[in-house]
Amino acid sequence: MFKNLTIGQHYPVESPVHNLDPRLKIIITFIFIVSLFLIDSFATYLLVVAFLAVAISISKVPIKFVIKGLRPILMIIAITFIINMLMTPGKVLVTIGFIKITEEGLRQAGFMAIRLALLIMGTSLLTLTTSPIILTDGIESLLNPFKRFGLPAHELAMMMTIALRFIPTLMEETEKIMKAQKSRGADFESGNIVSRAKNLVPLLVPLFISAFRRADELAMAMEARCYRGGENRTRMRQLKISKGDYAAAGVFAVYFAAIIVIKIW
Amino acid sequence: MSIKAENIKYIYSDGTPFRTVALEDVNLEINEGDFLGIIGHTGSGKSTLIQLLNGLEKPSEGKIAVDGTVVGEDKKMLSKIRQTVGLVFQYPEYQLFEETVAKDVAFGPLNLKLSNDEIDKRVRESLELVGFNYNKIKDASPFDLSGGQKRRVAIAGVLAMKPNYLVLDEPTAGLDPAGRNELFAQIKKLHERANVTVILISHSMEDIAKLVNRVVVLSKGKIHMEGSPKEIYAQAEELEKIGLGVPQVAQIVNELRKRGFEIKNDIITVEEAKEEIMREVRRRHV
Repeated sequence: MFKNLTIGQHYPVESPVHNLDPRLKIIITFIFIVSLFLIDSFATYLLVVAFLAVAISISKVPIKFVIKGLRPILMIIAITFIINMLMTPGKVLVTIGFIKITEEGLRQAGFMAIRLALLIMGTSLLTLTTSPIILTDGIESLLNPFKRFGLPAHELAMMMTIALRFIPTLMEETEKIMKAQKSRGADFESGNIVSRAKNLVPLLVPLFISAFRRADELAMAMEARCYRGGENRTRMRQLKISKGDYAAAGVFAVYFAAIIVIKIW
Repeated sequence: MSIKAENIKYIYSDGTPFRTVALEDVNLEINEGDFLGIIGHTGSGKSTLIQLLNGLEKPSEGKIAVDGTVVGEDKKMLSKIRQTVGLVFQYPEYQLFEETVAKDVAFGPLNLKLSNDEIDKRVRESLELVGFNYNKIKDASPFDLSGGQKRRVAIAGVLAMKPNYLVLDEPTAGLDPAGRNELFAQIKKLHERANVTVILISHSMEDIAKLVNRVVVLSKGKIHMEGSPKEIYAQAEELEKIGLGVPQVAQIVNELRKRGFEIKNDIITVEEAKEEIMREVRRRHV
């Protein structure tokens, strides 16, 4: 059940993409998302697909993994597609009862679906090639300038690190408790929505209790090692921009420039 | 009546870089009335093996039959298999969720859709089996109990399903010596009086020596040795090679024998050792 979840799951191999500076990767991902929303022709999306394909192949992450990340949001894509298809006014193509499908609607729906799919694939490439800890290091470093305005950058990053760190742990725990309750005859897979929700109680209660217990233990362990936030903290891993980062930034700049040129043209 | 495992192979995360073979070429027969011990180094596949026994996981290759029913063949039989093979996980107290102890123990029987009278009867029986006074404990919140008590409530929750086979994964991990002895006494009683077949995973060579009549040694996903505790512990060097050992008392007796004591070489419990040493001491003083 949980084996399909790729969001936040690091795929540990050595590759040029893995070795990029996390700050650069985050910025690139952001601009990549922006670029997706700038595009207004299907042909341009081919450029995005090509860019993504090259990035994925350099990253040595099997394409299967990137596509698997789409599975949890398949429903959202489908719903967005249908709503866009039905709600956009324009030249009517098909009429079934009160439902009208318009040419503009179909176009819009196609755009939205492709956008969402590419967006998820692009962002999962970020999390697949960057370990959560390095990722939050990058986020913290990017947020540092906002400290001046009272933004607790270190605390936010630490919270994120901990949250990410505990996703697999909690999933493991969920699976364990699920198995224990299944051994007592619990059924998580059949029944209607109401009975299914009810059946989750034997899973959720122990899960919450253990999450609180873990939080407590972690806080204690951190205090025992004199943790006291961001002030004057040095770090083991210093982020440094390398040659590879310049190259990646260059390639991405060319990609983004191309998108903008096509847009203005 | 028995559990039969034939040529079991189990692979985790096949097709990813996390792929690991957890079990390979495992053939095992557990007969009714057995008290089987499974020992092995951490990561040797013990926990995976027991999850295959009640159909929580499916073997990648091979098959397991519980009393003649092949596990996983018919999904409708799964609940029957899970009732027949009761599985108590490590730290089972983390599965408690109800407001009262009685309600929590009733969860299993309730899922079996038994009558209310039968459920009440089973809850009372199983709580008493693990050494509780039913009337005193039934309305307590499971979260107010001590660690050892919680564990016994959780075990009662599995016993209430009336399994023919009871599988326990390190049931005494984290308990103090008193709690451990008490729990083992209860498991032993269950095996002898209620005629439950017990499969026990333990890291304690002493407990295995004291309790079980057959031992399976797992190493790197394969059955490395199989036999009576005496047969197994006679091969101290072999056990040490795979990161296990023999009961401490067996080590002491071996040392004594090396220094000229005439003592039998298959001693694995403190009781036996005491007898033998006393006999030898008496012989020397005559």
